Amino acid sequence: MVNRILVGAHYGLKDWIIQRATAIVMAVYTLLFLVVVGAVGPDSFEAWRAVFANGFMKFATFLFLVSVFYHAWIGIRDIWMDYVKPDGLRLLLMIATATVLVGYAGWAFQILWRI
Amino acid sequence: MAEMAVKKRRPKNLDLPTIRLPLPGILSIIHRISGAALFLLLPFLLWLLQSSLASPESYAGARAVVSHPLAKIVLLGLIWFYMHHFCAGIRYLLLDLHKGIELEAARLSSKIVFAVSIALTLIIGAKVLW
Repeated sequence: MVNRILVGAHYGLKDWIIQRATAIVMAVYTLLFLVVVGAVGPDSFEAWRAVFANGFMKFATFLFLVSVFYHAWIGIRDIWMDYVKPDGLRLLLMIATATVLVGYAGWAFQILWRI
Repeated sequence: MAEMAVKKRRPKNLDLPTIRLPLPGILSIIHRISGAALFLLLPFLLWLLQSSLASPESYAGARAVVSHPLAKIVLLGLIWFYMHHFCAGIRYLLLDLHKGIELEAARLSSKIVFAVSIALTLIIGAKVLW
């Protein structure tokens, strides 16, 4: 048996930082989105599409969505680790979570760059 | 040191119905539940974004979906989950910076999170959904 100490400084520090960095990206985008939509008031297809056709908004939206997916990965993985004890099931749920999130990232790219 | 900490038996009570959760604890569990719910609704939200941007026809379809009374209730709940997760998240970032970690300040800030997130939900809901 390997006597490894799984607690202590730096264990999981990288994820802890990423969770907060992605949170800040999402918070800033949320404010940006509310300001832009509040100012433009897009009430037609053309106006709504124009918001995301703008190069900066398109890039910012993609950055936001990638942050959502990475943030969700860490959060949902923590939920599986807290409540699901059988190793096999936990691993299966983690793989399923990671798989759909990578898929969503591809889907998000497709949605935005088709505009 | 770390091994000693692990071996030490601490009193623990995990009998959920007997635990009276204080407001910051309620905020915390809603933070988790809202995060999980937002994750589960991601495919719906991505589909909505796709439909709203693809063509005038799909845009009209997306608008028809979100104007259904049942969809409006789901979306209002979703907006509240987002706003709660957003406000509670900012509170956690401030706690990370050791701002408001005293008991009184922590209780007050959780009240503020509930008040602000519910107010924002009502304002955005009124503007976008009704």
